[in-house]
Amino acid sequence: MRAIPLSYIARNLWVRRVTTLLTAGGMALVVYVFATVLMMSEGIRATLVATGQPDNVIALRKGAGAEINSAVDRGQAAILESLPGIATDASGKPLLTKEPVVLNNLPKRGSGKPSNVTVRGTSPQALQMRPQVQLVEGRMFRPGTSEIVTGRAIASGFQGAGLGETLRFAGRDWTVVGVFDAQRSGFDSEIWGDAEQMLQAFRRNVFSSVVFRIADASQFEAIKAQIEADPRMTVELKPEMQFYAEQSEALAKFISILGTALSVIFSIGAIVGAMITMFAAVASRTGEIGTLRALGFRRGAVLIAFLGESLLLSLVGGLIGLAAASLMQTVNISTTNFQTFSEIAFQFKLTSAIVWQTLLFALFMGFVGGFIPAWGAARMKIVDCLRAA
Amino acid sequence: MFILKLLLKNAFRHKLRTSLTMVGLVVAICAFGLLRTIIDAWYAGVEGSSSTRLVTRSAISLTFPLPMNYAQRLKSVEGVAGISWSNWFGGIYISERNFFPQFAVEPVSYLALYPEYRLKDAERIAWLRDRQGVIVGRKLADKFGWKVGDQIPLRGTIYPGTWTFNLRGIWDGAEAKTDESQLLMHWSYLNESIRKLYPKRADAVGVYILGINEPQNAALISQRVDEQFKNSLAETLTETESAFQLSFVSMSEAILVAINAVSLIIVVIIMAVMANTMTMTARERLAEYATLKALGFAPSFVVKLLFGESLLIALIGGLAGLALTLPLAAGFAQAAGTLFPVFQVSTLTMSLQLLAAIVVGAVAAAWPAWKMSRIDIVQGLRHVA
Repeated sequence: MRAIPLSYIARNLWVRRVTTLLTAGGMALVVYVFATVLMMSEGIRATLVATGQPDNVIALRKGAGAEINSAVDRGQAAILESLPGIATDASGKPLLTKEPVVLNNLPKRGSGKPSNVTVRGTSPQALQMRPQVQLVEGRMFRPGTSEIVTGRAIASGFQGAGLGETLRFAGRDWTVVGVFDAQRSGFDSEIWGDAEQMLQAFRRNVFSSVVFRIADASQFEAIKAQIEADPRMTVELKPEMQFYAEQSEALAKFISILGTALSVIFSIGAIVGAMITMFAAVASRTGEIGTLRALGFRRGAVLIAFLGESLLLSLVGGLIGLAAASLMQTVNISTTNFQTFSEIAFQFKLTSAIVWQTLLFALFMGFVGGFIPAWGAARMKIVDCLRAA
Repeated sequence: MFILKLLLKNAFRHKLRTSLTMVGLVVAICAFGLLRTIIDAWYAGVEGSSSTRLVTRSAISLTFPLPMNYAQRLKSVEGVAGISWSNWFGGIYISERNFFPQFAVEPVSYLALYPEYRLKDAERIAWLRDRQGVIVGRKLADKFGWKVGDQIPLRGTIYPGTWTFNLRGIWDGAEAKTDESQLLMHWSYLNESIRKLYPKRADAVGVYILGINEPQNAALISQRVDEQFKNSLAETLTETESAFQLSFVSMSEAILVAINAVSLIIVVIIMAVMANTMTMTARERLAEYATLKALGFAPSFVVKLLFGESLLIALIGGLAGLALTLPLAAGFAQAAGTLFPVFQVSTLTMSLQLLAAIVVGAVAAAWPAWKMSRIDIVQGLRHVA
């Protein structure tokens, strides 16, 4: 069976430029929304997954679920510290930090609206345990002082959080002596200071979490079993990666459900648009269809030609939409993660999987919209077509 | 009358195309309405707040408690008529998916501050008598099929352990905007249980709720309260209840902005589809319009015809979409359960939906109408669709 050449299909779209552009434009908008939603979920997930390290383990109070409402007292922290199998740094110190984590309500730059920022008390050890965190301005805080370092998203997004400025909370003034970049992980939305100073300032006597690195990742289950068997311990251990993935679950899920629902609703509109266009194309080219058939092209060839036209139309729309969506990659968004009740900054992230999904989605719309008209075109009787011309 | 008949006949000349366009319109107008309703639902907490209540919380952040002894000092602040307090319990009922707000409150004073919670006297007394008793809103009880006398187990996240409560009453909201999706328990019961486990965490209050008689002085009273505790170990931040609720809404501002943008995009998409239809219509009827002009009809008549047809399709689609929004919103509210305490399609939303339909109809016809009014008669008569 001879196929109708592709150039014929493409030229048809070009003849009705306005109609083609309107239909493709509608589709492009749908594709754009579809892609940005996927990118958003992906961005949140990537941010939080990048926060965890594969061989770090986090200890939280049983059933806490987030650092904010967890408590690990000094006795339990000491037991964790004495565990065998914790990795050590070059000078032989164990790679372990005991961290109080609190939320602090700070005003955003520009709007002045307050939002909850995570304040983490930590030790200089933290930089070794979280290699993705690098100081980009200033220096690290000195232990035992009211100095703090802020993550990049906080430094640029909140009043008084930039280098050299001071923040007032917990009855003290804290000087920002450094700004760190955490390579788009969750730490970018945090403020770090000295753990003991934070405990005193916030008048707490328990840590929120204890994070340590194990020398041999395969030992995790054994260590976990040992801790669970200890009657003094009310903590549970989790691999850090898993912990941060769980933290992002609800928000990412919410956004993807909302987005999918929207995309489905939108796609109905776009499919209708494609259908109208294709029906009109078929109706106005009845004579051509008859001529093609009279020349010896089969029904199947006509079907494929019109379906191809619709698919090409949706591909154009899909590419325009994707191009617009890829521009979103430069946009930073920050919102509240309602699972942790704290601010999280993330970026839209375009992956090749999303590109494929989006294009397939666009082609699917084109297929559904174009199939019925193409089917109708292929079913026409040659005589009727030629008479209509 | 004649014109209307002509418009109707014209609009439905291409039955399939017109009905497809309308399907698109109905879907878009419906989606637009639903999205606006979702945004409204987000602000429901703000709408449902009263101007005669202030909320005092820790200045650091909501996660820090305030000392119990502040209650006495707060009472003595000039302008404060009533006072109650509540703690966020944050328990899990069976699984995380069944989220609903739970507060531990001081019962008598709390109910006095929230007169919009309509509770039967017998149930109120039963709740006050039973320290393990709780009351819930009607919507929440319906969602889980609870009846008075049932036991409700909650797994604590902030307050460790499994807690079992007895359901002693179900309140109805005085108005549609009243939140009926909460659970209220005895603060004293929670406090005493915590004192046994963690003596240091006892006597802590999440937020104080202050009743005031002069809403116009809310700012002044808030200032007086915060000055009381300035430079203390636990500084306070006092704001009106609606500002307090707004602070939660503004947290998810990014998402709200996105939803808003999306609802506009919907309208634009449907505009593209509709404009497409109208362009085709105009192109097909070139010869007719030319005939009309040759008969002496003014160009404005042709414009009227096109606009009328477009608006007619838009209005029929818009009204159908509007009619469909209400049952859909009801179904959505059922599905979302307690996620949105209040979920209602407002009159503003409905009028905006109609406005959107009219705008779409007008914009879609603009370009073809302008083109048709300027066609050359001879060219038009020669044209075969």
